[in-house]
Amino acid sequence: MQRVAKAGGDQALRRHSEAIAFLVMASLLVLAPMFAYPVFLMKALCFALFACAFNLLIGYVGLLSFGHALFFGWASYISAHAAKVWGLPPELAILSGAAAAAGLGAIVGALAIRRQGIYFAMITLALAQMMYFFAVQAPFTHGEDGIQAVPRGKLFGLIDLADQTNMYVTVLVIFLGCFLLIYRIINSPFGEVLKAIRENEPRAISLGYRSERYKLVAFVLSATFAGVAGATKALVFQLASLTDVDWPMSGEVILMTLVGGLGTLFGPVAGAFFVVTLENYLTTIGQWVFVVQGVIFVVCVLLFRRGIIGELAQVLRVKL
Amino acid sequence: MFELFGISSQALFGQLLIGLINGSFYALLSLGLAVIFGMLNIINFAHGAQYMLGAFAAYFLLQYAGLGYWWAILLAPIVVGITGIIIERLFLQWLYKLDHLYGLLLTFGLALIFEGTFRNFFGSSGLPYSVPPALQGGQNLGFMFLPNYRGWVVVFSLAVCLTTWFVIERTKLGSYLRAATENPALVRAFGINVPRMITLTYGFGVALAALAGVMAAPIYNVSPQMGANLIIVVFAVVVIGGMGSIMGAIVTGFGLGLIEGLTKVFFPEASNTVIFIIMAIVLLIRPAGLFGRSA
Repeated sequence: MQRVAKAGGDQALRRHSEAIAFLVMASLLVLAPMFAYPVFLMKALCFALFACAFNLLIGYVGLLSFGHALFFGWASYISAHAAKVWGLPPELAILSGAAAAAGLGAIVGALAIRRQGIYFAMITLALAQMMYFFAVQAPFTHGEDGIQAVPRGKLFGLIDLADQTNMYVTVLVIFLGCFLLIYRIINSPFGEVLKAIRENEPRAISLGYRSERYKLVAFVLSATFAGVAGATKALVFQLASLTDVDWPMSGEVILMTLVGGLGTLFGPVAGAFFVVTLENYLTTIGQWVFVVQGVIFVVCVLLFRRGIIGELAQVLRVKL
Repeated sequence: MFELFGISSQALFGQLLIGLINGSFYALLSLGLAVIFGMLNIINFAHGAQYMLGAFAAYFLLQYAGLGYWWAILLAPIVVGITGIIIERLFLQWLYKLDHLYGLLLTFGLALIFEGTFRNFFGSSGLPYSVPPALQGGQNLGFMFLPNYRGWVVVFSLAVCLTTWFVIERTKLGSYLRAATENPALVRAFGINVPRMITLTYGFGVALAALAGVMAAPIYNVSPQMGANLIIVVFAVVVIGGMGSIMGAIVTGFGLGLIEGLTKVFFPEASNTVIFIIMAIVLLIRPAGLFGRSA
């Protein structure tokens, strides 16, 4: 009886810890433009959403995708193309980017989940590289130049996104909305099944869950959120380029999630802000950026596997 | 020289030869990956970077020690192999009990460190490395002109691959290795130093990558990112072949190189992507890979 009550107390504490952390994060982000450059914040938010999408897969299903730049980059191409060439308003441009990412996610996911474990990472990497070569060759991406001067347009025909504050609020709303949606997914019965598959797949199968379907749906969801992030980034920077589809981008999102804490709710956000800030300071040192990233990978894997938020949660004895 | 399907025999067989050469690099690299994975349970993402290190080692030996190709082909794999052994002792040995993914992430970090460092000092353009004097020139075979060096690369890689296969599948040392892959605790109980075997295996796999790098130097120049894209293709090769069989890795490597060469002749737009497309098809029909045991 007492144990049940104690577990109930822990449960309540846990729920509160996440709600408090969310409120702190949201209010910091609302206040942040007073202290930091809005474009930098928007970039960090896009990457934070990208990392949350990636974390949905690795943190809660245990699948390491090494090709998430595919969804991020192609969604940014599609949304840039939609806004510039088709003249779609920003909300539809982002939606079309996300839809493209979902479609690609369904194809790549269906292929990749046919193999387990480490092969999954190699397959996603190889398919992403294939789509990178398509992006290099396809005429509408404009190769090395990318799609430039993408118009931000008017949101719902009313709000002019050329205004930096309007754009920031839009990006913030997209980020917080997707973040809550991901939280909802993780804590739904569907999310519980995903965690069961992560912990012990044969057992989940023996309980009657079709693990392949769950994995595929999770993959498509993750690809879609990555797509929203990429599509939004294309509007923020008014540019879609090869950088966003190339494999170092896939590595970067892994780095962000690892630094922040795999399988923690807030880790990817913290990791994204950490990495984007770091790169901001390191732009002057050229190729050493890769070396610094590599060193962080090595240090995190050897000494710091819980990540920033994971360690913090450990110290505070709460779930974050 | 004659024409075949409207393509001159020189173009066709020339591309097939390049295909075979690429195939020998795929074979050497996927062989190394498979051997390392078998013993360490780690996918060595740094393999492409170590191939690049092999080529640079050859370049340094020539520039700073005046040692030519034949010394390089002997010394570069040893030097890079020793760095591999140091990496295994310093980093990898702590990861064997963890999830596979940490090994992949750590070696990915190492690849970024190596490639970033070299790009910083040597830029992105390639450095030339000339063909050794003994292998300059070529043979006219009637249907094509065969540069001696390219013929040597194919023959020598095939010999190295088959020797590796023989050692692992047919000798006593190889049987220890295979036994330790299956059940390290039991092999240890028989008094064999398994941790040292694991260290040496990693060193050997890395040395194979470096050897491929030395052979590639006169063909593709020496450049910091020569391994970065190659490793992704090699991953696809590994997925297609499956890592269960040594001979499978060799056959898949050479076979895919040939197919890529043919694609360059008949459908050049797809030559970059053909291996990935084959991988997708193999996943649809034979998810475990051509030579793989079902996971």
